[in-house]
Formats: sequence, C-alpha cells, structure tokens
Amino acid sequence: MAGRFFLAFIFIALAVDVRAQQAHPGEYAPADIGYGARLYDAQCTTCHGANGDGVGGVDLRSGKFRNAVTDQDLTRVITGGIPGTGMQAFKFDAAEITGIIAYLRNMNAFDRGSAKPGDSSRGRVLFEGRGGCLRCHRVGASGSRVAPNLSDVGAVRSAASIQRSLVEPSSQMMPINRPVRIVMQDGRVINGRRLNEDTYTVQVIDDQERLVSLTKADLREYTILTTSPMPSFRETLRAEELADLLAYLLSLKGATP
Amino acid sequence: MNTKATCPPKLGERRRKALAERTWIVAAFVALVSFTLHAQVGYDRLLNAAKEPRNWLTYSGGYFSNRYSLLTQIGPANVKNLELKWMYQAAVAGGWQTTPLVVDGVMYLTQRPNDVVALDAKTGRVFWIYRHQLAPDQIVCCGANNRGLAILGDTLFMGTLDAHLVAIDAKTGRPLWDTQVAESKSGYSLTLAPLAVKDKIIVGVGGGEYGIRGFVAAYNARTGREVWRFYTIPGPGEAGFDSWKPCPPAPENFCDGDAWKHGGGSIWVTGSYDADLNLTYWGVGNAGPDWNADQRPGDNLYTDSVVALDADTGRLKWHYQFTPHDKYDYDSVQIPILADITWRGAPLKAMLWANRNGNFYVLERETGKFLVGRPFVKVNWSNGFDERGRPIQTPQPPGQPTWPGNQGGTNWYSPSYSPRTGFFYVPAWEGYATIFGGTPVEYQEGRNFGGGINRPHVPVPGAPAVPGLRRGPINNWTEAAATGAVLALDATTGELKWRFAMTDVTDSGILTTASDLLFTGGREGYFQAIDARTGTLLWKASLGAQIVSGPMTYEVDGRQYVSTIAGLSLCVFSLRDQ
Repeated sequence: MAGRFFLAFIFIALAVDVRAQQAHPGEYAPADIGYGARLYDAQCTTCHGANGDGVGGVDLRSGKFRNAVTDQDLTRVITGGIPGTGMQAFKFDAAEITGIIAYLRNMNAFDRGSAKPGDSSRGRVLFEGRGGCLRCHRVGASGSRVAPNLSDVGAVRSAASIQRSLVEPSSQMMPINRPVRIVMQDGRVINGRRLNEDTYTVQVIDDQERLVSLTKADLREYTILTTSPMPSFRETLRAEELADLLAYLLSLKGATP
Repeated sequence: MNTKATCPPKLGERRRKALAERTWIVAAFVALVSFTLHAQVGYDRLLNAAKEPRNWLTYSGGYFSNRYSLLTQIGPANVKNLELKWMYQAAVAGGWQTTPLVVDGVMYLTQRPNDVVALDAKTGRVFWIYRHQLAPDQIVCCGANNRGLAILGDTLFMGTLDAHLVAIDAKTGRPLWDTQVAESKSGYSLTLAPLAVKDKIIVGVGGGEYGIRGFVAAYNARTGREVWRFYTIPGPGEAGFDSWKPCPPAPENFCDGDAWKHGGGSIWVTGSYDADLNLTYWGVGNAGPDWNADQRPGDNLYTDSVVALDADTGRLKWHYQFTPHDKYDYDSVQIPILADITWRGAPLKAMLWANRNGNFYVLERETGKFLVGRPFVKVNWSNGFDERGRPIQTPQPPGQPTWPGNQGGTNWYSPSYSPRTGFFYVPAWEGYATIFGGTPVEYQEGRNFGGGINRPHVPVPGAPAVPGLRRGPINNWTEAAATGAVLALDATTGELKWRFAMTDVTDSGILTTASDLLFTGGREGYFQAIDARTGTLLWKASLGAQIVSGPMTYEVDGRQYVSTIAGLSLCVFSLRDQ
C-alpha cells in the first residue's frame, strides 16, 4: 500500500502523553491524531489538499461533513466511497481508520510543528535488542510464542493503544490473553496464556509453548490474572525511544491486507 | 369381514345395493375426513397444539408460546442415552435462527436467505425446497435472518427479507400467493415466523434501525389480502400520538418534529394468542433513532411495549410500555409467554416477560395491569417502579457504563415456561454493560438511523473495546465483558430459583418438557439437557458451532426427537436403541 512508508513517522511529543487516550467516544488520542495526519498526507491531500479545502464545497477542517455525522458514518464514507463523486473507496485497516478519523476530527487544532516523528528502523533495533521484546513476543519467524504474536499489531491496534501498552501493559491486555495459573488435581502446575475458554474447558499456551486443552472438572485451581507479566517501559526507555518503538510496531501489518 | 353373516337374509337386491352404496359413501367420507384431519392443520388443531405434542405446529409450540412439550419419552433417567439421528446442512452461511414446524412426520423449516424446506422428520431426507427470489434493493438490519413458518390447512406462510408474505403449498412447495407487506428499499423486512389465527395470518415488520414506522398486520390466509393493520407508532389523531411530543420552540439540541414518521417500533418476533380473550400479544421494538432519544421527546409509544390487539380487528385493547423514551435500544423483542397461574391465592391469566431492559415482569393479560417488575440481571438504568408500573429511570453520566448493555439482559431468544415446575426460564447475559452515547441523526430513507455510538464496557481501565457481537469460536469477550446463564425464575415473583452458568453469552432459546428436562444451547456450541427443577447438567453434546435458535421436540412412530441448530447444521437427537 502506497502509504506504508509513512508509518515510520510518529511524533515524539505525542508518544509520551499516555493519559489523554480515547477513554470516551468522541475523544481522540494524540498518538492516533498524529498517525492519522501522516496517513492523510499520503492518501488524501491529492484531492482534499493539505488544508482540507481542496474539493469545492467541502471543508474538512470545519468538522462538519456532508455525508457523515458519526465516526461510523465517516468510516463508511472512507471505506465505501461516495458513488457518483470523486470520493473513492479506500482500503484502510482498523488502526489506520482510527488514525484518519482522529485526525479529521482534530485538523483545526493539530499542531504539526510541535512534534518530531519516530523512526521505525531504530525502533526495530530496540525491539530486537535492548527492549528484549522477542523474549516473549514473536514477529514473523522470530521470537517466543508465550506472549501474543505482534506480526500484525500495527493493523489491529491503534497507535494510542500500542503506545499505552508500552507504559501500562496491563491496561491494554485483551481479556482473552490474560495469564492463567492452573493446578491440576494431581498437583501439576501449568502457567500459560489463555487462548480460549468455555463452560467446560479452557485452552492455553503454556510457558513451554505447548498448546494445552483442559477440562475444568480436572482442575484443582484455575486462576485468571489481571496483571500482565510484561514490564512497563515508562522508566527504562526515553521518550524518543518509545516513539521509535511505536513507529516500528505500527509498521507491523502482518498478513492483513 | 364376513359380509354374509351381517347381511339380512331376506334383503332384496336393490336394497342390498343401496346399502352397499351407502356403506361406500360413509366409508369414503370417513376416510376423507380422517385424511383431512391427518393432513390439514385447521384452526382447531392450532388452538390445541400444545395437547398434540407429537407435532410442533407453531413457532413457539402453541398459542401460549410456552415452548413446553408434554412428551416424556426422554427423561432425566435416560437423557444420557441421546444420540444424533440425522443432520441437515444448510448451504448459506450466517446465523440460522429458525425453529422448524413438524406436522405428522414432515418437518418444515426456513433457511437463508428465504428458502422453505420440507423434509422427513425421521431421516432428514428432503421432499422439496421453495426458494423465494429477493428484491435486489432489499435492506435488512441486523442480519438476513428468518425465524420460521406458520401453517394453516395445507398452506405454509413465510415472511421475507424483502417484506413480502408468501403462501406455499405444504405438499408441493409451490407458491400460492405473494403479498407485498411493505417497501423493502425503505428498510422494511419480515424476519419473524407468522402467526396463524382463525382464517388470518398475522405478521409484523422489522427495520427500526432504518427509521421505519412499524406495524402489525393480518392477511386473509386464502387470498393474501390485508384485513387489518395496527401501527406501532400512532399517527395524528390516534391514541398514543401525544407521547411523541412536539419539539420545544428553540431546542438546545437537534429535535425532529416528525419523529413519529420514522419512529421505529419493529416487530421482530412472533406474538402469542389467547383464544378466550381473542387477543394477540406482540412485543414492540425500540424507537428510532436507537440511541439519541433527545431528538424524539416523549415516551414514544408504543415502542418498547407489549400491545394487546383484537385478533379480528387489530384494535388496541391495552398496552404496557417497559422502557419509556428509550435510549438504550431495549426493544421488547421477546416472545410473550401466557400462563394461567395462581397469584396470591387466586387464579390469574398472566403474561410473563423477561425484557431486554433486564427486568422480569408479570402482567395481567386481560387488562395489562402491572403486577410484578424485578431485575433478573444487574440493572442501573432504572431503580424500581412507581405504583402504576412505570420504571423510575436513573440514567448514568456520560461515559459511564449502563447495565444491562445494548444487547440486553436477554434478547429475542425464546424463553420457556413449565407449568409443572412453575418456573420461567430465560437465557441471560450477565455482567454485561455498554457505554452509550447519542448523536443527532436526520432521517434518510434506507439509511442507518442509529443516532449514536456505543461500545461494550470492559472493566479494565482504558482497555481496548472488546470485539463486536458477531464472534467466531473464540470467546474473546470472556468474563470481562459478559457471561451467559440460564435463569430459572419463580413465575409469580421473579425470584431466582436456580442459575446455570455459562462462560460465554448465549443466544439460544429454551425448551422444557413434562419430564422436567430443559434443553438449550449457546455460543459455545454445546447442546445441553438440564434438570428443570434443579439446574443440574444431565447431558451435553458439543456440536461445534454457535446455537442461535430455539430447540424443539416432536415424535414420529412412537419415538421422541429433539432438534437444535448449530452453525449450518440442523441436528436431531433421539434415544439410542436399547
């Protein structure tokens, strides 16, 4: 996709603000706005112009849209286009859509001069080296399978969500991925990550990377932990390094088209 | 038979001949009558459907919609011997919500998008398939679903996604008539199983999420002509219209002066019928737009209500509104369960209702009088009722979770009532909340008319929202978003008698039987038999796909069968041969 190379640029100033995330509908995280700004530059300026007023009668900076009121409407227009007009259908993944909409909602207020982009290649070096991420995570054919595979994290998670994961891991842990501690009736202990669960059984990948399916009736203890084993990088990485890491993670689009 | 021995010895030839002729006529008449009785499903049979448990003649097993069967061959002692007898596979992917009918050994069911299939209820072999050709411009909210059929005489009736009502010859699968009920490109559709009462076929329309004006209508079963229509959104001059209040002179936020014209009020599921009162009862869907209630001031009758309609005229006898001025999409998309119970020592013609808004209700079904209202799951949008049964609403601050969530404490999934246990059984979503947010939306024909954003609440601060409602075989909602349960409630008080917990939520209906068995499924794909008195699991089978329909039971040649649908497979069980 044409805009991929832009994914390497994320704004440092945005990368360190982890409090003002999209806690409520209608609020947009700075990291998403910054990500969306880069995508807008790559995909939208040809028609809409840098200031959002390139199409006659349409002013994207006004915050009012002729064919959309809600973010869902905007998503529909962006991904489906508007038949009979020059607005074509765009193929964006979920993270990109989140970013584009966040930017469209904040075009007026967004200050491009206040931030510098992160560097995805530096972020990769961090990820594979000092960050120690591959000890638990996997990207492509490298790394461990104990923690969730990150090969497509840049497609399925928004910039804001990834950013927050780096400094507050537990807050962004999907409930299905929660660590579990299991004690079998015979006393055997299994530590792992939950993959699936139903009324009668639970499926995990254990700390030896084994896929294990257990019948709950056979368990003596079954504990679902809500604290992620992943460390926070808030104190161990500088703001620039966090921005680099975020840029790298956002570049991971995996097999998702 | 030795005719000589029975003939009078001195009978003349002519007289003997006449007698023989008369005998033939009588025999032929008897044969014809018995064949007709056997083959046709007259109104009398529908009226007594529950007393004919070998068959399943209406969507909910009878006019009282109890989903309770008198069959007892399968019981707590032998249910462990259930085994799969046959399967029938559908070809079109998507939720399969139908409940089959069974008439004298023949099963009739719908499959996506609007097919009708007739098959041998013993073997699953197909007699015929009718395929309705849908209009290309049809718009359907919330899945291209169809929930089933009605039968009257030798004719089957199906509502279609492009808002037609079709009559089909039950013997041949050939269409007899096809009536357009409403305009499909405006968002009208029929997803419910029709209700046959006397000589009429009664249906309602879906499409509230596209800003329809809902209605219930009755059609002549022979001709397809409309006999009566009751709008669930009253127009000017009609009772209830004043519940769509005019906009203030200078509204602070967007207000729609014509809100009633696209006020929603869908009829998504089949109604019930009390022949003694000659009343049909229908659950009415949410107001449109779903979430931005500010733009439609007033209670917005008859949305989120039950309406009692005269079966002959469609005239409104009474209504009760469960959720006035709804901003949570709490439509009353439930089957009204009718039960004759003892209440405070006296007989009561009751209506039992576990509503999407999280409350269980007992109403007096002759007048609609409110008797009991009690939460069956966590509820914080309201806190109790006033003396007339109106909920005392307690809206939550912006950004805060509302219990139950958007999909409700329950939804369209059929509940069951067992007169033996006196329990009302409901599939429930527990611990489930949504953060609601309304936004103004102007009505445009055929366009989504939701008017807001809502997302499931996950009790992890700042965590990403859990995925949408439609999920695959991985339970990535987990206990963090919601869990499922079958709840057994005392039918007179709503008091919880037992709870069968499920890890994932459930969209499955419930069947109970006179042997005190309860059958149900769920998203996990287990088909389960539970002790209806205690809630103890007695048997289960893993069918490998979500069960989003209601189980039913029937009997052919002395053998009781239980059917359910998991994914694209209709699975039919009976006891293993000993």
